[in-house]
Amino acid sequence: MKARAFSYFRADTIDQALDAHARAGDDARFIAGGQSLVPALSLRLQAPRLLIDITHIAELRGVCREGDTLRIGALTRHCEMLTEPLIAAFAPLLRAAAPFVAHPAIRNRGTFGGSVALADPASEFPAMTLALDAEIEIAGPSGSRRLKADDFFIDLFETALQPGELITAVHVPLFRSNQRFAFDELARRRGDYALVGCGMLATQTGDRIDDIRISFFSVGNTPTRVKGAETALTGFSLDAARIAAAQAALDNDLAPPESDEVPPMMRLHLARVLLGRLLGRLGEGA
Amino acid sequence: MSAPLTSLDRPNSYIGRSVPRPNAKRLLAGRGRYVSDLRLPRMLHAAFLRSPHAHAKIVSINTEQARVLEGVHLVATGADLAKICTPWTGTLDHFKGMTSAPQLPLPLDRVVWAGQAVVAVVAESRSIAEDALELIEIDYEDLPVVVDIDSAREVGTPLVNPGSASNVCFRSQLDSGGVDDVFATAAHVVEEEFSFGRHTAVTLEPRAIVADYDPGAEMLTVHHGTQTPYQFQDLYSRHYGIPEARVRVIATDIGGSFGMKLHVYHEDMAVVGLSILIGRPVKYVADRIESFVSDIHARDHRVRARIALDAKGEILAMDVHDLTAIGAFSTYPRTSVVEGNQVIRLIGAPYCFRNYRALLEVIFQNKVQTSQYRAVGHPVACAVTERLVDMAAAKVGLDPFAIRAQNVIADDAYPQTSPTGYRFEALSHQECLKRLHAMMDYDALRAEQSDLRKRGVYRGIGIATFVEITNPSPAFYGVGGARISSQDGAIVGLTPSGEVRCLISVTEQGQGTEAIISQIVADQLGLAQEHVKVITGDTEVTPHGGATWACRGAGIGGETALQATRVLKRNILEIAALILQEQPAALDIIDGEVVDAATRQQRLPISEIARIAYFRSDTLPPDTQAQLTVSHHFAPQGYPFAFTNGIQGCSLEVDVDTGFVKLLKHFVVEDCGRIINPMLVDEQLRGGVVQGLGAALFEECRYSDTGQLINGSLADYLVPMAMEMPDIVIAHVETPTADTALGAKGCGEAGTAAASACVLNAVNDALAQFGATINSIPITPAKILKALKRF
Ligand SMILES: Cc1cc2nc3c(=O)[nH]c(=O)nc-3n(C[C@H](O)[C@H](O)[C@H](O)COP(=O)(O)OP(=O)(O)OC[C@H]3O[C@@H](n4cnc5c(N)ncnc54)[C@H](O)[C@@H]3O)c2cc1C
Repeated sequence: MKARAFSYFRADTIDQALDAHARAGDDARFIAGGQSLVPALSLRLQAPRLLIDITHIAELRGVCREGDTLRIGALTRHCEMLTEPLIAAFAPLLRAAAPFVAHPAIRNRGTFGGSVALADPASEFPAMTLALDAEIEIAGPSGSRRLKADDFFIDLFETALQPGELITAVHVPLFRSNQRFAFDELARRRGDYALVGCGMLATQTGDRIDDIRISFFSVGNTPTRVKGAETALTGFSLDAARIAAAQAALDNDLAPPESDEVPPMMRLHLARVLLGRLLGRLGEGA
Repeated sequence: MSAPLTSLDRPNSYIGRSVPRPNAKRLLAGRGRYVSDLRLPRMLHAAFLRSPHAHAKIVSINTEQARVLEGVHLVATGADLAKICTPWTGTLDHFKGMTSAPQLPLPLDRVVWAGQAVVAVVAESRSIAEDALELIEIDYEDLPVVVDIDSAREVGTPLVNPGSASNVCFRSQLDSGGVDDVFATAAHVVEEEFSFGRHTAVTLEPRAIVADYDPGAEMLTVHHGTQTPYQFQDLYSRHYGIPEARVRVIATDIGGSFGMKLHVYHEDMAVVGLSILIGRPVKYVADRIESFVSDIHARDHRVRARIALDAKGEILAMDVHDLTAIGAFSTYPRTSVVEGNQVIRLIGAPYCFRNYRALLEVIFQNKVQTSQYRAVGHPVACAVTERLVDMAAAKVGLDPFAIRAQNVIADDAYPQTSPTGYRFEALSHQECLKRLHAMMDYDALRAEQSDLRKRGVYRGIGIATFVEITNPSPAFYGVGGARISSQDGAIVGLTPSGEVRCLISVTEQGQGTEAIISQIVADQLGLAQEHVKVITGDTEVTPHGGATWACRGAGIGGETALQATRVLKRNILEIAALILQEQPAALDIIDGEVVDAATRQQRLPISEIARIAYFRSDTLPPDTQAQLTVSHHFAPQGYPFAFTNGIQGCSLEVDVDTGFVKLLKHFVVEDCGRIINPMLVDEQLRGGVVQGLGAALFEECRYSDTGQLINGSLADYLVPMAMEMPDIVIAHVETPTADTALGAKGCGEAGTAAASACVLNAVNDALAQFGATINSIPITPAKILKALKRF
């Protein structure tokens, strides 16, 4: 299939992009890496009148330290997550997740902001913003705001973004020496969207977990923090009994959807297996 | 005059040598000429509106708005095309009693599967054509949908074709007699019901066609991504009433076919009609989404089978019921019953036993058609046979190698006829088994497996023997009334500068046909391979023949080239003898030079013979007419098919917590007779194995109970990819066929034939200690976890 005809506008500043969107009466889409939008256009699942190219907006680029957070520009490409030293040092969970996002050709173009904005429940990065307690920086017609990742993902492909709003960056608290992380996913083929995936970040005193954030993807309509499992672990050192308790808590934390290929009970089982394996690695000092 | 075929140290001995494909560089450099890339002057683009319903009555079609959209040139419905195209029916006479409804390019009043093309739009661009599709309104009235294979067979069930007596397309029975008696008294009987999911070819380049009807010349030219241009020349001629000589089908480079592109598709027939209606070239390239709902699917079998053995593990009898569903029509012109027919005839083929009974039932349903796709029927027959043999081995207490060694037909016992009537000239099961055992280092693998088990790692080892049908004679299609040739033709000529051009009817679809033909010609004439040019795939210039299907290119096309070249060589030497005043028998050709046969002393370059014959015929003796272009046909004789055989093995690991399977290594020992280019044969086998592994673990066209394909995209339909594929180790046994001088048989489907059976056996081997069994392909994590009762 071929896309319906559309107009194209290349924005050089955030204001130009927001302005163009408003003038198109919101019958417009921002295009970043195009790795999700272009297939949607070709399949005629979307047919906006105007595409606003945001990839030349300098303010959306770059990774830098800002106080005790790392500011990751919306245009940071998936492949840069693998090579950028600041990511490796201060957001190693994102570095760990990046090789699982699609294939090299797609990682060369796909952007972090695009991935978070799309909020695909099977995507790695949106879920990791939850585990990292990140903040989403948003620019819109009525000014800028920052929103906790916890408050950002609302439903299937639905976020707190209002029409015409742009993600400008994501802020991630700097990784600290008393933190540990783990990431993995179960996918049929390398690069596929996972049947179940999970990333976690724990803050510890010695072996004791003071705080842990565990986020699953491919388990429902949104990336999902499993608070029951987190509670089961907080204040304890990891051992077989604790891991089992966290696994058991998933029964309440998750309600996987019907699916012909992965029935809900199977997905829950896989989530338990994956959680067990990741906590095992965390315990070994992953 | 002809040197032995296999001695590699003789000059210009290309048969048996791994030389690069002459066209590889061109394709790698991006200079392939695919139909998808073709742009002709004044060319328009077609798009099709497809049925969202699996079965519905077409109440009305409103195309008014679409017709007036700027850039739209033509909107055509079934009725428009029915005026110029005669219907076709996918039956063949030798499948007694089979039925199928007549088909037209686009339906008149009823749709029978979700995704069936209903209305065609021709416009300046594909995008505009698709805009127009959005403006067409079709009013449908739902009809009861037949999806499930069991309910399709119930009495009083809705009918896919109203007016027919039932949803049965074809029934066939084989019975050697005595089966019930053997089962009643056998020491061991094992039985299982197997299911095989639908899957499809997923070629890199989808189906593509540019039809170009020239009303001035009353000539139809079709650029068609197909492996069988002659068949389509015949069909376009007959269904559109254009004399055959005025229909030209050009099949240049093609991005994969695997059998999928040798069937008649409704869209392709429609595009020819659209070009006739509008008098301009019309292009249609199926996109991936369309491919999934309109390319033929394959497999979709449910087989209940049992095997009887004596106390020592000798196989005595097999009893088989194969139920297969083929969609709403039988495919034209090769039908959709060949797969089932081959399943019931190939089951048990490697083994010595005499009592066999099989029932095949082929059923209509509201899904897209199934038909021949790489290794037609073989993977199903092989998996059923080989899994039963493994189950029997476990019951008798024999190792999988031991039970096979005990039961395969002995290498020195040929010729043999299988209980299903197949005649085997010479196969090499025993030798292949021995080679595989050594190549796998089987005993070490088993030892490693049991060590790892103690550590909670579950490895599985599986093997599967197979027999492959190649080099088909007219017994395959011709006898059924299909105008599908089993012979090939070649025109081999010496150019004025002493090179050779070979125009041949076998076609190139990426497998290296042109390479092996040039090897055979160079070898037989005595010329460097780079001086041979092979031309394929244009009905206007290449002679009529079977082209590419059923593993016939090397065996039949290759023999055609060999015989043609031998005639050309004789003609060249006759002229040389006149010039040199020698006897032809005293001369030979090496490296393009005529030499003394005995001393190999150079006498005259063949370029000089060409120069004299073409430009100075006045210097030749009177009445000499040099015949430096030879046309020659070869039709297979002797055995109706050249059967090949082999055995595959694999080692894999099952994660019993996730149900994931990791393939560790795959092994193939294969006997395709004379090997012309070992590198190409090995890569054919590897490619075939990968397709079989895709079937084993990943590929399935899944349908909802309303007949909607629910995973029709490459995001959801999983094809095998490099990261998941194991190393594939290959060895050969060579048993040439004595039916031809070349001795080659086919090898293109052998890899696919047994790969899934191997994996099935290996997964079951890994799960054995849990009492869990898998009897269904593809083997998904869900099936494994279910069998392990993990959820
Ligand atoms: C074959 C394939 C496999 C893939 N596999 C994976 C995978 O395994 N895991 C995974 O996570 N992803 C996968 N993807 C998706 C890929 O990661 C996308 O790049 C990503 O989801 C979107 O990023 P993008 O920059 O390409 O966004 P685009 O496609 O340009 O845009 C996507 C949407 O986000 C909006 N948008 C983009 N940027 C912004 C912004 N800054 N502010 C507001 N809205 C914005 C657009 O308007 C659009 O609606 C795959 C894609 C393909 C084609």
